[in-house]
Amino acid sequence: MKFIKNFFERTEPLVQKGGKYHWLQSVHDGFFTFLYTPKTTSKTGTHIHDYIDLKRTMSIVVLSVVPALLFGMYNVGVQHFKAIGELAATGFFEIFLFGLIKVLPIVIVSYGVGLGIEFVFAQIRGHEIQEGFLVSGILIPLIMPVNTPLWMIAVATAFAVVIGKEVFGGTGMNIWNPALVARAFLFFAYPAQMSGESVWVALKDTDKVVDSFSGATPMADAAVGQLNYSVADAFFGFIPGSIGETSTLAILIGAVLLIVTGIGSWKIMISTIAGGAVMGLILNAFSGSAGLSPEVATYFSMPFWHHLILGGFMFGAIFMATDPVSASRTERGKWIYGFLIGILAIIFRVINPAFPEGMMLAILLMNTFAPLIDHYVVESHVKKRIKRAKVSA
Amino acid sequence: MSEVIKLRKGLNIKLKGSAEKALDKLPVPATVALKPTDFTGLTPKLSVKVDAEVKAGEALFYDKYHPEILFTAPLGGKVVSINRGERRKILEVVISTDEKIGSAEFKKADPTGLSAEVVKEQILKSGLWPFIKKRPYGIIANPEEKPKAIYISTFDSAPLAPDYSFVLDGQMDTFQTGINALAQLTEGKVNLGVSNGSAFSSVKNVEVNAFEGPHPAGNVGIQIANTSPLNKGEVVWTINVQDVLFIGRLFETGKVDFTKTVALTGSEVKTPKYYQTTLGAPVATLVEGKLIDADYNQRIISGNVLTGSKVSAKGFLGYYDAHMSVIPEGDEYEFLGWADPGFNKFSATKAYFGKLFPKKEYTMNANIHGGERAFVLSNQYEKLVPMDIFPVFLLKAILVNDIDKMENLGIYEVIEEDFALCEYACTSKIEVQKILREGINTMIKELG
Repeated sequence: MKFIKNFFERTEPLVQKGGKYHWLQSVHDGFFTFLYTPKTTSKTGTHIHDYIDLKRTMSIVVLSVVPALLFGMYNVGVQHFKAIGELAATGFFEIFLFGLIKVLPIVIVSYGVGLGIEFVFAQIRGHEIQEGFLVSGILIPLIMPVNTPLWMIAVATAFAVVIGKEVFGGTGMNIWNPALVARAFLFFAYPAQMSGESVWVALKDTDKVVDSFSGATPMADAAVGQLNYSVADAFFGFIPGSIGETSTLAILIGAVLLIVTGIGSWKIMISTIAGGAVMGLILNAFSGSAGLSPEVATYFSMPFWHHLILGGFMFGAIFMATDPVSASRTERGKWIYGFLIGILAIIFRVINPAFPEGMMLAILLMNTFAPLIDHYVVESHVKKRIKRAKVSA
Repeated sequence: MSEVIKLRKGLNIKLKGSAEKALDKLPVPATVALKPTDFTGLTPKLSVKVDAEVKAGEALFYDKYHPEILFTAPLGGKVVSINRGERRKILEVVISTDEKIGSAEFKKADPTGLSAEVVKEQILKSGLWPFIKKRPYGIIANPEEKPKAIYISTFDSAPLAPDYSFVLDGQMDTFQTGINALAQLTEGKVNLGVSNGSAFSSVKNVEVNAFEGPHPAGNVGIQIANTSPLNKGEVVWTINVQDVLFIGRLFETGKVDFTKTVALTGSEVKTPKYYQTTLGAPVATLVEGKLIDADYNQRIISGNVLTGSKVSAKGFLGYYDAHMSVIPEGDEYEFLGWADPGFNKFSATKAYFGKLFPKKEYTMNANIHGGERAFVLSNQYEKLVPMDIFPVFLLKAILVNDIDKMENLGIYEVIEEDFALCEYACTSKIEVQKILREGINTMIKELG
């Protein structure tokens, strides 16, 4: 392994300012620090530092979405073979391979475009390459419908990195979750290609779809008052939907890793789920109201825990709402933030059927308000301090 | 004694190389030095020239803005050099010691019978005043101010810190005399923070508060915040345990005696233990021949690994320090460091397998293990500061220079050592202590 280090050390002068390849400095530095933790020692302050760094943190998050990713690949295959009526005749390996071939290019495009832009920005700004995109790069493919054209993934990723992150100053400075910015961009820019019944299942024009297959997501079905999938299918994830968000089980495995390592905020996860459950119960209570059309009434009366296992709710609660940069920073704020996401997601999804996937919008909206929540939490802390001063004076 | 105050927040960092309870007396060092840089914000004015003879307790320099605050020679001898740095800043005033020159004479008296003014004057004249620091800001106390109380922490919870119950064994009477002198300086009380069941619980003329919990429970700032938090306009004074002994000896003998016990610790020390030496002693007398032979660089720290300062083997012990730590420098690359499962890595987070072995002791080096980033993770700092304070919001207020916010978010209550753990644990490798000191300096400059 020594020759790699030697190579990087030897080429270092070439990419320094004034060197022949100085425009490659960020790339050089990015790869070098990826392979070797730098030898920088502390100059001021504490002499020892924790081993944790952002690379470690981000790689744990990436690890935690791996179950959802692998299952997503498998499910892409499952949905495909189900649609053409050959599911029973196809082996596990073949199903997975089909999904792998479908999903891998999306992941590669997402990382390629995103990291490319990050390298360029780091070079322009003279920054180190920062790790934020390691996570966004895997989250973006997971929240896309499998049939999204690759060029759209590329455009959305570019939009997310530039507008969602770099204009604010890069990793740690953004106000919205970059992956959700990508998804929202496609949702609003290309509505025709991003919704409807054809995008969720990978099919070629030549594939013959069996009669009983609809291809609609359970969310779309629910909006018209039907629930066509069993609870078990929804929980394990054998339903159409964005690549990584269908399996509640796979997502929960990731959640366990995030909570055990303390990287993801369990407070946000719990409060988001609680918010969703509470809003589901509230809707249940109003399901008998006069004036509701039969479809809406059926949707209103859907048990609250169905909301949690369908669509992007769980994926959002575990991987999106908990993004430490765009979420509330105060501990009390996190409870409020998560709870409101849960409430809003269900409201959007049920009461405004134009947005069947309410979770994404709910999180983006609460991202916007997270600093405000923090502001009030800090203000109340300050008020308490001022009161304390008066009491003792 | 009131009930024990239990602190939950914080972290004990388990380093290898804690001192065994054994004391070695070192010979009188050939040179001693005072470093004006040990005193935050001080503008020193010299009162001696090179080649001047000074007795122990005679002034070497004084504070330009408070000429009554003197900094005196730890031992009698001749000033051999005044080392300066950039812009002629005084770095060290070095004395070559000579036992024949001896010590200046002060009044020998029981402080309880003296007036506050006399006690104060004696402490100022003998050069013991700089040991008294004030909060807010953690700088040398202003003799004209009236503190609402004096706080002393009798235990140090920092990594590898010395055990003061051991250090003060047999000197408790002198400690009591020092306390009696200090009690004259405040209209309030002298507050002693003790760890549960320590020998200090029996000290008289004080208010004792017992604390339990991980580091920074032993920090005096944390103890103040959890007994009677500091508000705007209030001032308290603080002093270290061994420095109380200096005051005690001054009143008991009428002479200054800066003998102190220093714990030499760390993974690079052959047999970590305690050494008796003097204020301003050269680092070499403490470490020479006591470190393990290594083919890598070692870092010598005057103080603990969180708040101490890096010193060279030719340097001198810090003024306030009773502790030296030696750790590997760690100026090496680590292959795929972020991907290591980390059985040998201690972390405040649960991202490494080292967490599975709570009793294990670790060798840690001075590598920062990563690159500096913006604040990404939340609630890392909050878990480490057992005070009613939002550290990240305070630091951000400092970064944008918002004085009102700094005041409202509690800058009066903290100094660097209280946030040192945050800097240790920070994923984003932010220089927390440096930022905080900049904020404090702004406050001093703007509000005085």
